[in-house]
Order: sequence, then structure tokens, then C-alpha cells
Amino acid sequence: MKIVYDGSMDPRLCKAVLGETIPAMAAEDPDLIYLDADLMNCIGTAKWAAANPDRAVNCGIAEANMIGVAAGLASAGFKPIVHTFGPFASRRCYDQLFLSAGYAKNDITVIGTDPGVTATLNGGTHMPFEDVALYRALPGSTIIDVTDPTMLISVLRQCKDRPGVKYIRVGRKSYARVYEDGSELPIGKAVTLREGTDLVIFACGIMVHEALQAAAALEKEGISAAVLDMFTIKPLDVEAVVSWAEKTGAVVVAENHNRFGGLCSAVSEVLAERCPTPAAFVAVEDQFGEVGPQGYLQERFGLTAAHIEEAAKSVLKRKETK
Amino acid sequence: MQENNKLKAFAAEIRMAAIEAIHSIGSGHIGGALSIADVLAVLYGREMRYDPQNPKWPERDKLVCSKGHAGPAVYGTLALKGFFPYEELKTLNRPGTHLPSHCDRNKTPGVDMTTGSLGQGTSLACGMALGDKLRGRDSRVFLIVGDGESNEGQVWEAFAFAAAKKLGNLVVLLDWNKRQLDGWTKDIFPMGDYVAKFEAFGFDTVKVNGNDIDELVPALERTRAGGDRPYAIVMDTVKGAGVAEVAEKVMNHSLPVSDEQYERWTAQLKEEIKALEVEQ
Ligand SMILES: Cc1ncc(C[n+]2csc(CCOP(=O)(O)OP(=O)(O)O)c2C)c(N)n1
Ligand SMILES: [Mg+2]
Repeated sequence: MKIVYDGSMDPRLCKAVLGETIPAMAAEDPDLIYLDADLMNCIGTAKWAAANPDRAVNCGIAEANMIGVAAGLASAGFKPIVHTFGPFASRRCYDQLFLSAGYAKNDITVIGTDPGVTATLNGGTHMPFEDVALYRALPGSTIIDVTDPTMLISVLRQCKDRPGVKYIRVGRKSYARVYEDGSELPIGKAVTLREGTDLVIFACGIMVHEALQAAAALEKEGISAAVLDMFTIKPLDVEAVVSWAEKTGAVVVAENHNRFGGLCSAVSEVLAERCPTPAAFVAVEDQFGEVGPQGYLQERFGLTAAHIEEAAKSVLKRKETK
Repeated sequence: MQENNKLKAFAAEIRMAAIEAIHSIGSGHIGGALSIADVLAVLYGREMRYDPQNPKWPERDKLVCSKGHAGPAVYGTLALKGFFPYEELKTLNRPGTHLPSHCDRNKTPGVDMTTGSLGQGTSLACGMALGDKLRGRDSRVFLIVGDGESNEGQVWEAFAFAAAKKLGNLVVLLDWNKRQLDGWTKDIFPMGDYVAKFEAFGFDTVKVNGNDIDELVPALERTRAGGDRPYAIVMDTVKGAGVAEVAEKVMNHSLPVSDEQYERWTAQLKEEIKALEVEQ
């Protein structure tokens, strides 16, 4: 694994990566089966699916049924990979995820596209700020908030054979390139993207790029911020949280999600129990989504590098007075 | 005939308005918006009771566009009927807009219910119809459902509920345009015979050409009789109806609209209105 971040965008769109990686994985593993709910065209799998009807099932617009079918396929020895938009991959089918898949121990991988503000013009009904919270409450689940296309490929391959219910939230468009092509990112292991001594920023998904920009800006003001990529929200890399919180004494958590139930909650739970540390959160303040371009929405919901800088400064004040 | 010609002109205006909104942001759910322009024209031009000055009037008839992505057609209709200024159509999906992709009762004057997660509008409409009944109002609830949307199990739970609870003030308008997002419903998820299904569920059911005002008018007029069975009108439609270039494209769920297309389609629709020889 190599970090190649320079702020530029990865030329690959994640929808294209999904459209290539799922068929490639299916070619390697005869047990893989792909299910979608009338959104194959949104991730470029339609053509391959039409040519391989025994490997790909379009379940129509019926997500709860799709999860139940996937769970049944798992019991028949298949390794289902399921896709729909994030809200429909979580809320719309939660009891089926919880019981048919989780409780009954039918292992499936679910891809929820366009998490949080990346749902842009589809608007509030399509903008999940709660999907991570739902999946976190499902025992034995794995939750990934994807950082860039290279990571997407790596985690897809790992999830296929991992036990439990696995949830990958990823935007369909491009991301800032963080990892060198072909890098492997072991699930459950946070990545230290930047060392620092004054505070640590724990970030995931689109907020990793914002955190790295914020850290660079803070450095110009003489503030040294570490940045950790917490792409595995569950199981959380507890040791990374504890050691960086102890090392720096101040924490910022940044996520494209409601502050309730996601990475902010996960980190707070660890801090409270293991090493109480001043923390500040850059996340959605218990609101519903709305329509608009991503730049506007990041401003609207407080999810920019500038918001991280602000949070860093406020938490440093509390660190000093502690 | 003159009255129907007026409704036909209104349908063309609704198409122009939906195209106006979608063109203003560059792309959008044009296919499913165009396929329901005719039924919207009959609903808001003839069948429904409403007051643009008082959009929350409890005695009004209500529309639930459960295929919420057809918002631009609904917004066009409401703007033309004076619920808000026509110019606002150009704010579709812009920051802070009252007109998001999917219908939202808290944002748009005249939108009676929030939709966007397919299937959910059906149960909401049942609750609204039941509520009107329980309150002793003679209002009716019109529910537009997509054929792809009807894949959702919730849709059929709602239909069973409507029949079980004798919601004769509910009119289901099924937009049978034979396409969903990934293509033809026959290839993606065929649902079989809707008329037989509705009848088996206990609905008073008719099938009409849903892009023909002359067929929609009497079919909707019939539903005024109420009674103790919900109504289903299976509308045989074309996704993209009214703009040949859109209808001919199989994958027309969401498309960009260029300046040139906007000009040309608008001009075509204006010509159509002129040919109807109605006084505007
Ligand atoms: C629960 C849910 N699943 C998926 C979607 C994404 N989606 C939006 S429109 C659409 C296709 C709808 O097809 P149909 O109901 O036939 O509508 P129309 O053809 O009239 O556009 C899909 C899959 C959604 N909005 N809600
Ligand atoms: Mg359809």
C-alpha cells in the first residue's frame, strides 16, 4: 500500500470501477452472484448482466425482497453482492438485512451508492445520513466508507469472502486519489495518512480529502494535525483511535453522515471508555438531506475542509484548558 | 370536443413546462414526466377540486405522485394553475429551491405528498383517502404509480388495503409505460396483466390509452360515483410521450436536454397547441 495523495482527482469514476470489478470477480469465483434493483445502468453492469443471466439477477424495484433473495442464495452456497442506492440498501430493507441475512447468518455484501451529500440532485429522499447508524446496530456487520477507487477494488475483494453482513458505501463519481493503484487496504486497519502532534483527525469517505486539505492549511498556521483514514467504521480500529488520541490529546472526527450513530459515535464510544479526550465533530447535525450540487451541500451541512479547521481550533482550545 | 382540445393544449403546456424545468438544470427524469402529462391535464384541468390560493384546503382533492421522480411534470402543472410563478420552474434542483427532483409536500405549494422512495406513496394515499372518509369529507385522492414502481411489495399491500377498507374515494392511475430505469419492464421485471391483478384485488378497473385525453376524460369522470370499491385506471402510455425524439430513445429514464433540443421541442409543442385552435 502506498499513499500518493496530491489533491488531484482519480480519473476513474467509481461506477466504472464497480462495472469492471464485479464481472472480473465473478469470472474468478463461480460462487459470486450479483443482484441489483433496477439500477444496473447506474453502475455499468447492465451489459455484462444481460450476457450472464445465471450470474446476475435484476430483482426489479423491490429492495426488501432482493435482500431476502440474496440471503436465500447465501444459504445455497453463493456469495451474493447486492447493489442499490444507499437509502434503499439500508432503510428500505432493514428488517430483511437484520433477520434474513444477519440473524440467520446468511453472509452477503451490500453496496449502497451515493452516500450522504454525494446523492446531490436526487435530493433529500435519496440522501442517506443514517445508513451507517443502521448497519452499526446489526451484530457482526462490517461497514466501509470508501475513500477512493483503489480502495473500492480492495475492499470489494475482501468483503466477498468475509463472514457477516458487509456494507460498502460509495459515491458513483470520482474521488481524490489517495492510494496508489493496486494497493491493498486491509479491512479493520486504519491508515495513517499524515503524522501530527497537536491533534488527530479521524475521517472517512469524502471527508478524507477534506481532512488532508484542512491539515495542510493548519500546518501553515503552525498547527500539526495527524490524519487517519478510518474507512472501516466497523470493526473500528480501536487501537489506532486510542494511541492517536493519547499521542495528540485532541480529536476531530469528520464524516458524511449524521453525527448520531456513525464514525463520530464509534470514536466517542472508544474515547469515553479508554481515554477521555476533548473531541469535536464535523458531521451532519441531525438533519435531513436536500437537493443541490455537492459543493453547495457540503457547505450547507458543514462538511468542508474549512469546517474541519474550525473544529480543530476549537478542540485545541479545550485541550489547553483541560 | 372544444373542452377536450383545451385539455390537450394544457397537456402540451405541461410538457413544455416540464422541459423548461429540466432544461434549466441540464438534465432530468424526462421520460416518466412526459408520460403523465395527459392525465395531469385532465386531473388539474377538469377533475380535481382545489384552490391555488389555499393549497392546504382540507376539502380539496389530493394528488399523490408516487413515482416522485416525475416532479417536473407536477411542478409544471401547478405553475400553470397559479400555485407559484412559472419562472420558478427554472430553479429545479438549484440550491435552496422549492422544486427538488422528487415531490416534497413541505417545499412546493400544491404538492400534497412527499414521494421519491418508490412504493411509499401508495400507502400514504390510502391513509389520506381513509382520513378524508373518517373526517366526513367528500374529497378524492388520486394516486399515480409507475409500472416499475409496482415491483415494490408495498404497492400491493396498499392495494389490498384500499380494497379491504372500501376506499371508493381512491383512484389509482397506473402509468403502464412499459419501461423502468434499466430498460423495458418485460426484460427487467415483468408484472403480468395489471387489469386482471386489479380486478382480483377488488378494484373497479378500466384500461385506457393514457396519452389520449379523449379516453382519460370519461374514465376519470366515472370515478366520481364513489362507492365502496377503489378505482384503478390502467393507463397504457409511452415513456417520453409527446416528444418523439425522447419516446424513441429506449433508455429515456433520465436524459440531458440541450439548448437546441429545448428550442426545437418547445417550438413543436407550440405548433401542436396552435393546431388545436383553442383560445388561450
Ligand atoms: C425504493 C426506490 N428504489 C429505487 C429508486 C430509483 N429509481 C428511481 S425511478 C426508477 C425507475 C422507475 O420506473 P417506473 O416506476 O416505471 O417509472 P417511470 O417509467 O414512469 O419513470 C428507479 C429504479 C427509487 N427512487 N426508489
Ligand atoms: Mg415505467
